[in-house]
Formats: sequence, C-alpha cells, structure tokens
Amino acid sequence: MADRKVTQTPGQTIGPFFAYCLTPEHYGRKGIAGNVMAGPATLGEHIRITGRLLDGEGGAMDDALIEVWQANAAGRYDSPGDARDEVPLDPTFKGFGRCMTDRDGCFTFDTVKPGRVPGQGNRLQAPHVSVIIHSRGMLSHACTRIYFSDEAKANDEDPVLASIEAQRRPTLVARREDTPGGPVYHLDIHIQGEKETVFFDA
Amino acid sequence: MPAETAARVGPGRSPIGACGEIVSNAKTYLPRDWGVQPPYLYEGYKSTVTRSPRKPLVPLPQTLSELTGPVYGHDAVQAIDADLTRNGAVNGQPLGQRIKVTGRVTDENGRPVPGTLIEIWQTNAAGRYVHKVDTHDAPLDPNFFGAGRFVTDADGRYTFHSIRPGEYPWLNHDKAFRPAHIHFSLLGPSFVTRLVTQMYFPGDALLPLDPIFLSVSDEDARNRLVSRYSVVATEADYALGYEFDIVLRGRNATPMVA
Ligand SMILES: [Fe+3]
Repeated sequence: MADRKVTQTPGQTIGPFFAYCLTPEHYGRKGIAGNVMAGPATLGEHIRITGRLLDGEGGAMDDALIEVWQANAAGRYDSPGDARDEVPLDPTFKGFGRCMTDRDGCFTFDTVKPGRVPGQGNRLQAPHVSVIIHSRGMLSHACTRIYFSDEAKANDEDPVLASIEAQRRPTLVARREDTPGGPVYHLDIHIQGEKETVFFDA
Repeated sequence: MPAETAARVGPGRSPIGACGEIVSNAKTYLPRDWGVQPPYLYEGYKSTVTRSPRKPLVPLPQTLSELTGPVYGHDAVQAIDADLTRNGAVNGQPLGQRIKVTGRVTDENGRPVPGTLIEIWQTNAAGRYVHKVDTHDAPLDPNFFGAGRFVTDADGRYTFHSIRPGEYPWLNHDKAFRPAHIHFSLLGPSFVTRLVTQMYFPGDALLPLDPIFLSVSDEDARNRLVSRYSVVATEADYALGYEFDIVLRGRNATPMVA
C-alpha cells in the first residue's frame, strides 16, 4: 500500500441549491457539462438514456444531480488516464454529462453508445456508463453503473456484473426501446428499498 | 516492454496487450476512507432516512472506467469566474464582508493536484441563494450571484474572492439554521476522486448544532472542514483572508495491470 500521509477531506451533501452553479442553463449561464453529450457529428449510435431517481418510499427525488462518465463509441476515454493511442478519440465527444432531476425525479442523457473497454483479468467489459448520484439527503455520493439490455452476450461476460448476485444484476441494465426518434434506454435508480440499485464502493 | 514498443507509443504511454501488461499509466486509487467520509444514514439529518442506500456497497475493481475522468482546465474558466464580488455585479458591489479564500488541493500521498476544476456556490450576506426554489424570506442582492469556478495551479493552489455567506434556516428541526458555509465541488484526476463538500468558518456558534457537519464522526477530519482565519491571506484595507486545504484520494504504489 502507498504511504498515506494525510487524511481525505470528508464529503458533505450537495444540498438542494447547486443548480445555478453546476447545471446553470436555466439561469442564463453556461455550465461545464449538460445532458446533451453528443453532437450531430459524434461517431457511433446516438441513444437516449432516461429514468427516474426514487427514494426509499418510492418518491421522486426531484433535486438530485446525476453525473455520467463514459468511453466514446470506439471504446476510448477522453482522459489522460487512458493511454491507448491506438483507439481513436472523437473530438466531438467528451464523455461527461450532468443532469438535474426534474419534478418527477426524471433524468435524461442524449449520448452515444459507449464501446467496450478492458477490465480486470484483461477481459473486455460490456458497454457501460459510470454514474455518480449527489443529492440533498445524501451526505456522501453514490456510485453505480448503467449497462444495456441489447448487449446480453457482452453482459454475460462482464466481470463486474459477474461479481454481483444474479438477482440484483437487473438493477444496472437499462431496457432498450426502439422509437421513431431513435433508441431509448430506460432505467430507474432506486436509492433504497426492495429494488435498491447496486451501488459500488468505487 | 521492449524498447521498440516504448518508442512507438512514446514516453509514459503503454499499449494494451498480453496479460500482465500495463493498460493505463494511472495508478489505482486508495479507497474511499469510510473512517472519515460521512455515512449514508445519519438520523440527525432527517432527509437521509429515505435517501440512504441500505445494502452493503459492492466492491468495484478499478478499471479504465475508474482510472479516468473528465478534464476541464484553464480553457473552461475566465479570471472573473474566481471573483464573486464582481461576476454577478450589475450596478455596484455586493453587500457584506469581503473575503479571500485560498488553499491547496493535495492527495493523501501529500502530492499537489494541479489543473483540477473547482466549482463553488454560496448564499449572499443575508443567507439567501439565487436558486429558484430557495424560498427563504431574506433579500436577494442584485449584485451577487454566488457561483464561481477556477482551476488549481501547478502547486495545487486556488484562490477566490467573495463575500461572507450568511446563515439560513432549514426544516430539519425546530429553529434549525445552517452555519455559514461555501459549497465546493472538485473533479480531481479521475471519476473516483470526485468530491463535493462544504467549507465552514472558524468560531461559528452553529457548528456544534449542525447535523450535516456532525455527520463526520472523526473529530479531526470534521474540523478540517473549518477554514482558518489567515493574516497572510488577508488583503489590507480590502478583504479578510481564510485558508482551506482539501485532500483527495491518493494512489497506490503500483499501476493497474490487465
Ligand atoms: Fe447550503
């Protein structure tokens, strides 16, 4: 283990009033990231990911911030931590998105389907999006992932999904629906309760 | 790795390849330290009761998905973004006590974290947020917006100017007021180093009564959320100075191998 010299700064809740700083589009200001992550020129299959964020009583969490991070369609992260120059970057795609949930607890991201990236044991992971949830009432943020229902074979091979008890895996798999506007993936995130989503100690 | 391959991919770059080869130049991160991070369920803060995950967290190996994260450098900010006394001004200066806040962002190994984006938001001097759902009956300040952003320098240092935020009531318990605080959001070098926290002010009588502050059970860690008054940081005839250092997750000694 590495030398720990100092202790982490504790997190604190994001509270209910972050929007004018972190998702400030409705305040006439531009934030660093929004929920439209792909432009017309972005390579790959253009998709929408949508769902609701629900509390332990099934109530809509209408003041949460959902952040997502993903590889581009070729499976490359636009980040210094991904050194695989042989996998192309897409200059039109950053891979980071932010969405504040609406009054129904809904979130939506317009993005592209991520490619596969390597994971543990030199095995390819199934396409997935990393997710962080911040909210009033959450002192520390929660980490989860979103996988895709039409990737059954890749999902079966995925080492992270394999590490989760079979009964809970569906909490991470968004259901594909083909609509006239394009593919839409649906996944509700349950913070607590019978259908509690799998959260990671990431 | 053969020298030839190293030359092809350049310094500090490593190809994905056979089992055991390094696929990332990033080293894995030390875990979230649950000895200092607040728990999901803390009954003194009522909203946590229905908003806390209850099942055990599932351990996640650190793959490229965790060792990477978005980078927003100096191209994402302008100098005025770090001066909240000016970035919302319409026809004058905001009311309240001017402050300067400065500090260093390091990791647990004590190394500076340069080039990382910090976003902050706070109330005005009267304890009112610009936010549309803040219904607190205190005046808005036409010259104060209350949001800023800046990027740490090569030494991990940041500095911003603002006005001292006010205390404000909330619904957690009878006569509940939050201590004065500034919300901080840091991206850090990867998605797993993400940190959202709050900075408090020294000597605030509300701190020992605030369940959000008290949710950090480790007293030393909790007290590091309180900034220090600093004569050095104080600007003569202009602004009171405060120092607030932030520590993000550190790194293990070895890189990730596939
Ligand atoms: Fe606040």
